Amino acid sequence: METLLQQTVNGLVVGSVYALIALGYTMVYGILGLINFAHGDVLMVGALVALEAIRLLQIYAPELGMVPTLLAGLSVSVVVCMILGYTIERTAYRRLRNAPRLAPLITAIGVSFLLQTLAMIIWGRNYHSFPQLVSTEPLEPIAGLFITPVQITILAVSATLMVALVLLVNKTRLGRAMRATAENHKVASLMGVDTNKIIAVTFIIGSALAAVAGVMFSSNYGTAHYAMGFLPGLKAFTAAVLGGIGNLGGAMLGGLVLGLVESIGAGYIEDLSFGFLNSSYQDIFAFVILGIVLIFRPTGLLGERVADRA
Amino acid sequence: MSATPLLQLRDLRVAYGAIEAVKGISLELAHGELVSLIGANGAGKTTTLNAIAGTLGTAGGELLYEGKGIEKLPAHLRLRRGLALVPEGRGIFTRLTVEENLRMGAYCRRDHDAVEADLERVFTMLPRVKERLQQVAGTLSGGEQQMVAIGRALLSRPRLLLLDEPSMGLAPLVVEKIFEVIRSVAAEGVTILLVEQNANLALEFSQRAYVMESGRITLAGSGAELLADPKVRAAYLGE
Repeated sequence: METLLQQTVNGLVVGSVYALIALGYTMVYGILGLINFAHGDVLMVGALVALEAIRLLQIYAPELGMVPTLLAGLSVSVVVCMILGYTIERTAYRRLRNAPRLAPLITAIGVSFLLQTLAMIIWGRNYHSFPQLVSTEPLEPIAGLFITPVQITILAVSATLMVALVLLVNKTRLGRAMRATAENHKVASLMGVDTNKIIAVTFIIGSALAAVAGVMFSSNYGTAHYAMGFLPGLKAFTAAVLGGIGNLGGAMLGGLVLGLVESIGAGYIEDLSFGFLNSSYQDIFAFVILGIVLIFRPTGLLGERVADRA
Repeated sequence: MSATPLLQLRDLRVAYGAIEAVKGISLELAHGELVSLIGANGAGKTTTLNAIAGTLGTAGGELLYEGKGIEKLPAHLRLRRGLALVPEGRGIFTRLTVEENLRMGAYCRRDHDAVEADLERVFTMLPRVKERLQQVAGTLSGGEQQMVAIGRALLSRPRLLLLDEPSMGLAPLVVEKIFEVIRSVAAEGVTILLVEQNANLALEFSQRAYVMESGRITLAGSGAELLADPKVRAAYLGE
């Protein structure tokens, strides 16, 4: 029972990071019908840029406290990723807007390789230790549950960003234009919406969320690496499909469900497999889920809207 | 009388790849006119409207709005100059609520008080819309969707309103209501270019009309003249 509760807490933390990344996939899919496979690598760039900024600050402004240093590093990384997201859309995807769907998909995979290779050239192939500016030491256990300050921060930041995004999309003029463009580019332009701008904004918002997710991911695990975006990217994509791709609520739900299943599964995988597998095989769960969803409910948990886009 | 027409097409051509759908047409609309464009399926009427609104590029000729060439202007900037299209099939945002659909029409406007006033005017013109404001627009009937589409276009305060087959797929009673609305819009001084397959209705309704056939304009005249023309009667009025 204690394991279950503990793994639930851990699962919610990981799941909320998956949810933030999944939002980027689902927003871009909703508006362009494109799976942006480079999204996970934007997360990686976010983490490494933050790492670089924090290193520099620790050298040149050592008097700055830990939290201000982290916030400054995060801000730099968010801005860099916003520019990166815009640039990717502008240079790689925009000219393929009316091309057959396979062309932008392959381009996305190409952008992913490009970002990983560039990051490898800049930061090398080694794992970098990511400074743990928010403590990863567990607090006094509450009812036997261990939770760390960094986990609390991740939960709070993710929840805030998700609420903000939902409000933006559902309550503002920009959000209305985003939803209108997602449904019908042509008619949206007839309303005076500059759809190119709306699409660019969608990439920029998604990339900002990926940057935050990258910094949280690295803060939680204490490492950063040029290929670190691949697995969380793929899992967040799974989460988006699980929730119903194109659907914001679905991405959040899918992220949390995936995080929980993975985490709880990891806690019991030894028992389940009679000692044959251990918790380092936890990645199995994400892809088993992806397979099951695609077979039995290809539109995802909340998605009945995929049909009219495909 | 203002000398420059509001809209002028000179030998306008529109093509889908190598296939020319509009093969050099010329027409003009004076300020405040209600003109219709009739013709059979595939004659190029919708293509013409889309080219005027900017969702299709032109392949040649001139497209003048208020005396200025707008061929290169993207669709969203044409709307900002007062050129609105209610597209074929209505183009409602089915997942947005009725109110959100209407507010999309006022997307470019900054005069918020006037927008609220215009919303009220749309409600008085289309009372059935007001009862359904918070409903998702995809759940409306075809006639209600057409009303919302027209109301939405009006909220941009257009000077030129392009209507593509507003009667399509609707019951005669509903069509009558929609044409009443169009008439009242015209009475307010909005210039209207109406594309219709229902030639009888369109000709009775408009001051002037053009007949389009296989990408060309073959006849032009006042509504009454064309109604009396034996060729038109034979080809489009089923006589």
